[in-house]
Amino acid sequence: MSRPRIATVWLDGCSGCHMSFIDLDERLLEVFERADLVYSPLVDHKEYPEDVDVCLVEGAVSSEEDLHKLKVIRERTKVLVAFGDCAVTSNVPGMRNPIGVRPLLERAYVENVTINPGVPTEIVPALLPTSVPVHTVVRVDVFLPGCPPSADLIFTLLTDLLDGRVPDVAGARFGR
Amino acid sequence: MTRTIVIDPVTRIEGHSKITIQLDDRGEVVDAHFHVTQFRGFERITQGRPVHEMPAITARTCGICPVSHMVAAAKAVDDIMAVEAAPTGADLRRVINLAQVVQSHALSFFHLSSPDLLFGFDADPARRNIIGVARENPGLARDGIAIRKLGQQIIEWLGGKRIHPPWIVPGGVAEPLAEETRDRILAAIPEAIAAAQRAIAWYKSDLVRWEEEAATFGNFRTAYMGLVDREGLVDLYDGWLRVIDADGKPLEERVDPRRYAEFIGEAVEPWTYLKTPYWKPMGYPDGIYRVGPLARLNVAERAGTPLADEELEKFRWRIGRVAGSSFHYHYARLIEILHGLERIDQLLRGPDILSKHVRSRAEVNRHEGIGVSEAPRGTLFHHYRVDDHGIVEWANLIIATGNNNMAMNRAVLQVARQHVRGDRLEEPMLNRVEAVIRCYDPCLSCSTHALGQMALQLELRAPDGTTLDTLTR
Repeated sequence: MSRPRIATVWLDGCSGCHMSFIDLDERLLEVFERADLVYSPLVDHKEYPEDVDVCLVEGAVSSEEDLHKLKVIRERTKVLVAFGDCAVTSNVPGMRNPIGVRPLLERAYVENVTINPGVPTEIVPALLPTSVPVHTVVRVDVFLPGCPPSADLIFTLLTDLLDGRVPDVAGARFGR
Repeated sequence: MTRTIVIDPVTRIEGHSKITIQLDDRGEVVDAHFHVTQFRGFERITQGRPVHEMPAITARTCGICPVSHMVAAAKAVDDIMAVEAAPTGADLRRVINLAQVVQSHALSFFHLSSPDLLFGFDADPARRNIIGVARENPGLARDGIAIRKLGQQIIEWLGGKRIHPPWIVPGGVAEPLAEETRDRILAAIPEAIAAAQRAIAWYKSDLVRWEEEAATFGNFRTAYMGLVDREGLVDLYDGWLRVIDADGKPLEERVDPRRYAEFIGEAVEPWTYLKTPYWKPMGYPDGIYRVGPLARLNVAERAGTPLADEELEKFRWRIGRVAGSSFHYHYARLIEILHGLERIDQLLRGPDILSKHVRSRAEVNRHEGIGVSEAPRGTLFHHYRVDDHGIVEWANLIIATGNNNMAMNRAVLQVARQHVRGDRLEEPMLNRVEAVIRCYDPCLSCSTHALGQMALQLELRAPDGTTLDTLTR
């Protein structure tokens, strides 16, 4: 049997969920004795591969590239996990939703600036009108709330999935 | 006709970004840019929130250095309340801030950059990561994981959780330090110091083979900025801004950081969401300066703790009093890990560290407040204005990584010119360009990149910018 293939991706989040993943500490090596990390900010693969068994998706969907990326991930992944509160509810990124994109960008790039005011538009991706949770864009298989979810919960989730069990993440809570 | 190489995403950094390299028709590098594709809008979304929420909200700018944001935010609110944090509260903030510097530096050095140093820039990308390091040099990986773990544990033991701990509050900290917690941390420090020393010894013996590389690895003249204490020693929590030029001469010996806006301007470039701060007296773009571990060790007289000072002396003997190559950020980061562990130990042995008075309380007494501290990646500024009820009306944040924006762009261009040749493009050339960005350990807490692209994408563009042809490999 081929080794399970795990990926981690972050969209519009603070990377705190990824830090909690690294908080597996020595258990990180334990998990990757059994599985391969095929795409993640921690490794150098530039292309999201085919046939990923589990993908942890951190962050809300806030830009056109997030949207595109997430659709590719869904097509190529068996178990997609909405990883953390931003992925599950849009959380802090969603605080911009009542404000609108224009005033948001103008505060940063026109008002709080001393030279060359103007909203960046070259190469950088356009923002979506609102920042939305992952499940509003693609089907989600497992929801793991938390800001961030604890390393213990992440470990339980991954080992349950690697052992072929339905993950027991009943201990997960929003916020803490 | 020019061609553009796009590296997307830049990997093994904390956040997503891309690099573009422009080649002329002979395949020579003419320009290069580092693009940050993140925009989150904290300066606007915090408008209308009670100012006491600012530490908790702004922590969410970054999951790697949430403690830094909480510290800067809490200090800005101290300023708005016109109080000094309770002295023990301030010392405990120092401890948790240092713990974060230790864990974040460990992540940068061991988890993200050590694969390049251990395997070399030309190694197979598939093993160039922390899991590969654990197989090749288990001791190194174990030490790195252990140092980071202790930093995170100290944050958890003090603050209740490892990431976004709700303990740092306006006026000080929420709860006093328990004696058992102090003893538990003190007991763990010696092993972490030993691990840091092993890493420094390994790095120093390994450095020899990188000495030539370092000369052109983001090596250029800039100013440097960092906080120092009364004696000019490294201070990661408080103090004065000291700014020196490339020769070590002070541009400003001792500035109250609350006056930052007189000295630091912010420019916008249309191709990146990361703003570009500059040293105002020198204008834009001449006012290029650097922050972070290398800058702090350049501006300070000494680190101020015995083991770190011993290593700093060797660093300066080997590299010079003002280190200019971006490569040496790694070395500086290791010395700061040692310094952080030693300082935590010193602070926890202070006579009042178990005092129950850890928080000053007050209402809003000023309409404006500024909080400045040293985050792992450099000087961090939080600046708020509030109404009579303490509701935030306006905020400006200068994030540590932003200060290095101009330097990162210059470093990318230098390394690209040195290593990238358009007529025989190879993966290691591009890994080197990414590696110079890793020196700055940028914390971009992130968004976006097109997936399904190959590592190397060449776009053939006409002078008017239209894409004529795309080649992937």
